[in-house]
Amino acid sequence: MRAYYLPHLKELEAEAIFVIREVVAQFERPALLFSGGKDSIVLSHLAKKAFYPAKIPFPLIHIDTGHNFPETIAFRDALVEKLGVQLIMGSVQESIDKGRVREETGVNASRNALQTVTLLDTLEEYKIDAAMGGARRDEEKARAKERFFSHRDEFGQWDPKNQRPELWNLFNGRKHMGEHFRVFPISNWTEMDVWQYILKEQIELPSLYFSHERDCIVRDGVILAHSEYITLKPEEKVERMVVRYRTCGDMPITGAVLSEANTLEMIIEEVATTRTTERGTRADDKRGETAMEDRKKQGYF
Amino acid sequence: MSIQENNQLLRFTTAGSVDDGKSTLIGRLLYDSKSIFEDQIEQVKASSEKKGFDYVDLSLLTDGLKSEREQGITIDVAYRYFATPKRKFIIADTPGHIQYTRNMVTGASTANLAIILVDARKGLLEQTYRHSFIASLLKIPHVVVCVNKMDLVDYSEEVYNRIVQDYEGFSSKLDIKDVQFVPISALKGDNVVERSKNMPWYEGSTLLYHLEHVHIASDINHIDCRFPVQMVIRPHTLEHQDFRGYAGRIEGGIFKPGDEVKVLPSGFSSRIKSIELNGEPIAEAFSPMSVTMTLEDEIDISRGDMIVRPNNQPEVTQDLEVMICWMNQRSLQPRTKMILKHTTKECQAMVKEIQYKVDVNTLHRIEGIGEIGMNDIARISIRTAQPVFMDGYRRNRQTGSIILIDPNTNETVGAGMII
Repeated sequence: MRAYYLPHLKELEAEAIFVIREVVAQFERPALLFSGGKDSIVLSHLAKKAFYPAKIPFPLIHIDTGHNFPETIAFRDALVEKLGVQLIMGSVQESIDKGRVREETGVNASRNALQTVTLLDTLEEYKIDAAMGGARRDEEKARAKERFFSHRDEFGQWDPKNQRPELWNLFNGRKHMGEHFRVFPISNWTEMDVWQYILKEQIELPSLYFSHERDCIVRDGVILAHSEYITLKPEEKVERMVVRYRTCGDMPITGAVLSEANTLEMIIEEVATTRTTERGTRADDKRGETAMEDRKKQGYF
Repeated sequence: MSIQENNQLLRFTTAGSVDDGKSTLIGRLLYDSKSIFEDQIEQVKASSEKKGFDYVDLSLLTDGLKSEREQGITIDVAYRYFATPKRKFIIADTPGHIQYTRNMVTGASTANLAIILVDARKGLLEQTYRHSFIASLLKIPHVVVCVNKMDLVDYSEEVYNRIVQDYEGFSSKLDIKDVQFVPISALKGDNVVERSKNMPWYEGSTLLYHLEHVHIASDINHIDCRFPVQMVIRPHTLEHQDFRGYAGRIEGGIFKPGDEVKVLPSGFSSRIKSIELNGEPIAEAFSPMSVTMTLEDEIDISRGDMIVRPNNQPEVTQDLEVMICWMNQRSLQPRTKMILKHTTKECQAMVKEIQYKVDVNTLHRIEGIGEIGMNDIARISIRTAQPVFMDGYRRNRQTGSIILIDPNTNETVGAGMII
């Protein structure tokens, strides 16, 4: 006799698909926030499964900081083509040009914080009432308290102390005019779950995730790709390194790890034995102990 | 960390107050299963030093929000993850004070198992009763009572036995099927992950061993077939011109292609033509699978409808008797109109009557009350504007649960279990 239980990856998949379908059922204009990172790639894969044989019934939104890895952009365009979905782009450069935000200066300048304005402007322009993202609760301590359906007020703000209770699988997406929701279908996945799922489903990823040679600099213990967006300090020098990325953010703030892992199996082996969190390589989280919570309250991803 | 692909997932909840060692226990489980990373530990060490502590405060690891860290308490439910080669675990970590009953209820709603911490020096306290009552109310199938701080009572078998006896006496009044006891010291690590050398008299398993092996496959209802329809999938493409699939999650029973089914509320009958996901056929679909189902006949079906088997149907009714946990600052009065959510259905509802309130510390019923306030648990009668297709919560946690939404604020104000 067979056992009637789901292995954990199947259970997590079923949960995510349920949430994605709830979003389409409960909201008028949902969208998927696509960063080009593995989590949002997994999310678009889940969305495809949720509605097959119909196409994904919502657009992907990409907030282009202008500092993206070229590999990410090429991958995004190919995926959009393959899925046959609409791509909406929000440009941080445009927000800067329009004077909506002011670019940071100095050697640690990044466009990470500026994205929030562009994101909120884009959601408003397209009247998006539910923006799905690939954030996970295991990533960061403020995200550990995030709901699947996360309410945002008319300023796009998150109020962590006043979140709606979320019970069983009854998700409350009701809102007033001008408010919107952020929805996180893979809330309960860990980094390992994501990798195992990518392997099991044979999901294609940008080449950045696999071991490659690259010109890098080391700043505050973080390996950064050398690019036109980065200003070298006098003592810093460019070195050729064999690296790969565990997350995919902007070039000037996403740290690489030294790695020879060039297959999914090798990456899973590496993730299993690694002793730092994946966001440990993100300079944007190192701006203080509550950096993520503070940005999330403003309307960050 | 595990690299197994086919592990079961166990969701458990912990409730606890300051000083009862909950954070230490979670820290111990995460640490000993190697789920804490170096940069997380470094951050916690730095914060502990900044606060002037001469020890590493593991609770800083589990308290996420700024206000929580400032006040040194857990306010909200936090979810944590760890894995062993045997299983994957999701912890719903909740505060234990009475003013956070609603958070405990939230954490308990999806849990297979509850850990209840008892301080060996203090024995059973009001909060033990409260946490146990919530576990029983939310029908968490398994409870583990951890008698903690055994190191502070000289690892005394007598102390442990007395607490076990007291708890067994009290819990016989509750509806908990499976209770296990483990004497532990979360601080010293006795019987959490490693077997204790200090308590040779204890012959049971360690806490982690129990979490890894407790039988959870039977927690899910595989008898009563329930498929609430989430949405209808119609591709409108040349290739799939006539495709009409019903998307949803199986909430009970086992569905197979060829099965005769009945659709509620219309009452039409048909047979299952296919069950699939992403175009791949599924031979047997059971909870909690998300699937797409097609039927032999073209029937008008929409979100909120339920596909069931003709010989095993849920109760179709507009009158519900519910145990409610009130979650909002504004209290609930009879005759208030609300929005009720049950499976994928949403409709108007009115609270007709408040029968009684339960004192969560003593389990006594308090009758003749006019309103219920935040964190109260009460039995109420609800009338819905449309029929709902329900099972008792005891029989099915998914088709037996509701939430109430305030139509003015859109907040989730109540969580209910159908009696």
